Amino acid sequence: MSDLCNVTVTVNGNRYERDVEPRLLLSDFLRHELGLLGTHVGCEHGVCGACTVLFDGEPVRSCLMFAVQAQGHEITTVEGLGTMEALHPLQEAFWEAHALQCGFCTPGFLTTLVPFLEEHPDPDDDEIREAISGNLCRCTGYQHIVDAVKLAAEKMRA
Amino acid sequence: MKPPPFEYYAPTTLDEALALMAEHGYDAKALAGGQSLIPMMNFRLAQPEILVDLNNIADLSYIRPSDDGGVLIGAMTRHKTVGHSPLIAERAPLLHETMPNIATEQIRNRGTFGGSLAHADPSAELVAVSVALDARLRICSQEGERWVPAKEFFVSLFTTILEPEELVVEIAVPPMPERSGWSLKEVARRPHDFALTGVVAVLTLDDENHCQQVKLVYLSAGDGPVEGIQAAASLQGQPLTAENIQAAAEIAASEDVDPSSDIHATAEYRRHLAKVLTRQTLEEAYERAISNTQ
Repeated sequence: MSDLCNVTVTVNGNRYERDVEPRLLLSDFLRHELGLLGTHVGCEHGVCGACTVLFDGEPVRSCLMFAVQAQGHEITTVEGLGTMEALHPLQEAFWEAHALQCGFCTPGFLTTLVPFLEEHPDPDDDEIREAISGNLCRCTGYQHIVDAVKLAAEKMRA
Repeated sequence: MKPPPFEYYAPTTLDEALALMAEHGYDAKALAGGQSLIPMMNFRLAQPEILVDLNNIADLSYIRPSDDGGVLIGAMTRHKTVGHSPLIAERAPLLHETMPNIATEQIRNRGTFGGSLAHADPSAELVAVSVALDARLRICSQEGERWVPAKEFFVSLFTTILEPEELVVEIAVPPMPERSGWSLKEVARRPHDFALTGVVAVLTLDDENHCQQVKLVYLSAGDGPVEGIQAAASLQGQPLTAENIQAAAEIAASEDVDPSSDIHATAEYRRHLAKVLTRQTLEEAYERAISNTQ
């Protein structure tokens, strides 16, 4: 085992400090060290998008970063988007528009789409499909996800 | 699917990073955006003993105008930053147009210009585009620095002329000559996936609107960026008629590219794509060059 590195990181507004192996992927750090199981691990080579988190506000694949690289940075996972009592409008829209079936890919879609909706308050179908092109969903066929994004945009404009 | 253990260094200056590369040489890998290296480590295709993480070297991330009218790009500049830069849009429009084609947004938020070139994947857009644009790379070691044209930088599959102790630190992209047009087209199974085949064309017209010079560079068509040398030669000094363009496209497909078959496409299909895409890129580059002469 290689030497442990100290890492201090802010996740969903909370500061965490841990000693980790440098080879620990950020995705595994979030799940196994911090117990934040909302970030899902699909392919572990940057294709499926299930592990997407916001790194300093921008969507990145947490399986393609080491936890030590998050030193001093801010991360938002799906747990940080809303609360059980007050879901994010995008989460509500996913629920209402049936944009998930098994739900495995959903955290990655949500974290990809939250900043997208901030930059595109009234997106069209093409923009939405472009935005989700880095996330795979094997259940929905994507149409309901596109519908949910439009519904969320409406909710957020209201 | 977990990387093997390694020692981790996160220098904050280029000098520190070069000292680490000099000390650890063959055992060390530089970690840029990590969007190719980390998946390779996850698969254990790459097992570096030491990682030198360049992400904390703020001085390696910039886009600046160069005196010749082109741009200088720091090696650690992320794809997203290049894609959103007004200076790139103005001075290197082909590069501006290329960026949205590179992988997906999540990858573009981390991946870097220098990292993509140093990785030397023949299916990478920036590899082909840097050759087509006559970009030059500034390469540093503790011993000093050297400038290398992109064309000479790439050796073969995932192989460059970089010595173990060297780092790519900057890329210089010259301006396109006047009366020039450009085009990039690729075909992939899914948007933003690796291209089955792609073509970059940069065309410069003479006073009679004939072809003064054309560069055709192919991605996913061989062990490195493949130049369409025969096709380009066939157009030299010629008018860009539909017949000449079609003839050049056929030469490119039969003589210039050397694609292989894999699970995604046969070599024959890739040759077909090379032909069609050569025609389409030449047509678009010609239209743009004409409109740039008016």
